[in-house]
Amino acid sequence: MTVDLADLDVPGPTETALTQPFWAAVEEGRLVIQRCGACGEAVFYPRAVCPHCWADALAWEEARGQGRLKSFSEIWKPGHSGWIPATPYLVGLVELAEGPTMLSHILSGGQEVYVGAPLVFAPTRIGRRVLPCFKIKQD
Amino acid sequence: MTDQKWRAVISGIGELKPERKTDGVNTMDLLLRVSAEAARDAGLEPREIDGLLVGPQVGETPQHVPATVAEYFGMRPTMSNVVDLGGASGPGMIWRAAAAIEMGMCEAVLCVLGNHRNPVPPRSPNRNPAREFDTPFGASGANTSYALLMQAHMAEHGCKPEDYAAIAAGARANAQRNPMAIFHGKPADIDDILASPMVTSPLHLLEIVMPVAGGDAVIVTTREWARKSPHRPVHLWGAGEKITHRAVSQAPCLTSGPLKPAIERALRQAGASVHEMDFLSLYDCYTIMVAATIEDAGLCEPGEFGNWLRENGGMGPDARQPINTHGGQLGFGQPDLAGGMTHVVEAVRQLRGTAEGRQIAECHTALVTGNGATMSEAVALVLGGSE
Repeated sequence: MTVDLADLDVPGPTETALTQPFWAAVEEGRLVIQRCGACGEAVFYPRAVCPHCWADALAWEEARGQGRLKSFSEIWKPGHSGWIPATPYLVGLVELAEGPTMLSHILSGGQEVYVGAPLVFAPTRIGRRVLPCFKIKQD
Repeated sequence: MTDQKWRAVISGIGELKPERKTDGVNTMDLLLRVSAEAARDAGLEPREIDGLLVGPQVGETPQHVPATVAEYFGMRPTMSNVVDLGGASGPGMIWRAAAAIEMGMCEAVLCVLGNHRNPVPPRSPNRNPAREFDTPFGASGANTSYALLMQAHMAEHGCKPEDYAAIAAGARANAQRNPMAIFHGKPADIDDILASPMVTSPLHLLEIVMPVAGGDAVIVTTREWARKSPHRPVHLWGAGEKITHRAVSQAPCLTSGPLKPAIERALRQAGASVHEMDFLSLYDCYTIMVAATIEDAGLCEPGEFGNWLRENGGMGPDARQPINTHGGQLGFGQPDLAGGMTHVVEAVRQLRGTAEGRQIAECHTALVTGNGATMSEAVALVLGGSE
């Protein structure tokens, strides 16, 4: 991949009123996650009501920005044509230290990519938006 | 043999020959043509069919789907619904039809799925949360989801690319015995599969189904009405269903899916063991799906599907437990949501003894699986050639 991700013309997130705090934090280079005040579970993606106990008690908190790579794929034929200039690129499933899993764009930084690799939050501009990407943690 | 709980039976089937491309074809026409074939096969007049189960008609009929289809078909059903379980929709229709008949809502249910392949197919109307939290990272479409499932499976169990490729090669080999299959006359061995372009690692192009136009229809009815069919009825011995998530990131487990409890329930209802199934009609959108299903069905230990498949003698009609004799969707083609129903239709043929050049010598029981979204919507059926 030689292209600058910021130059891609790709679909950004379809933000809603509920998810706005998440994307606003990412734009500032922070990762926030919801936690339920009733059952204590961390929640991702954002919800109005806790999916674990259905209590109306979710609040935003700062995430640690640490994770583990549960799986990954190197994409050669993207589902959206806007990604073609970036091929091959990596996406992966990031198990956050708080518990929930999110899909993200993975920056290998030349490090070996493997299931179980430790990851750190790496906010990155892709197209017009800053996205919550992750990179392989340096040894 | 079994503590029979389901009284409804399958008495009719229809299937269209897949086509790579269509032009200006109306999906309703495909659905009606294949439905008429199933009705003829069941020996039923159109007016005798009083139940209708259809799939979501993506892009054409967003709402009022059963009424739209019923009107087009000239039907006035007393029971109708949309079954929206992706690739599990077909098998999911079968037990719903049986349940509706059981409850006295109708006597004969048409279960029909299909789609065209006209130029510029509509983009998926799929919206949030996948659109908001997967697509922006460059991960749109099912291919990447199944690649993530496959990578996790390989990492956990150390299975080799050739183990998975053997499933696509087995499907292609079976397709050579089915003149309807899109890959009839086009065999591919393990080396061919692994030499095909990488789409999204570790998935090669030939480990992914080919989208085609087509349709499949099944008639479920009472034992009495099934006598109108020239064929012997196929019995529903057991059914199971489970839905766990939609987006792959939310999967409770990446290496085992909801088919595990669905198959367990279907076998329990049937009072049968998976090892005594004469035919395995396993949903195969990708090679990894068959691998995970062989393991989730309890045919072997997790991670052992490759060895099991070799010991099984491959997937053909002469294998110990034949798999996807119609070629599977990997060999037959995937006619959109009807792809899942091809596994029901082939099981009915095998149990009737009408599978011709690919007939299994002794076929009395079949396990059928359906799978939707990201290994997240699951239906399993145990079908029997007798009560």
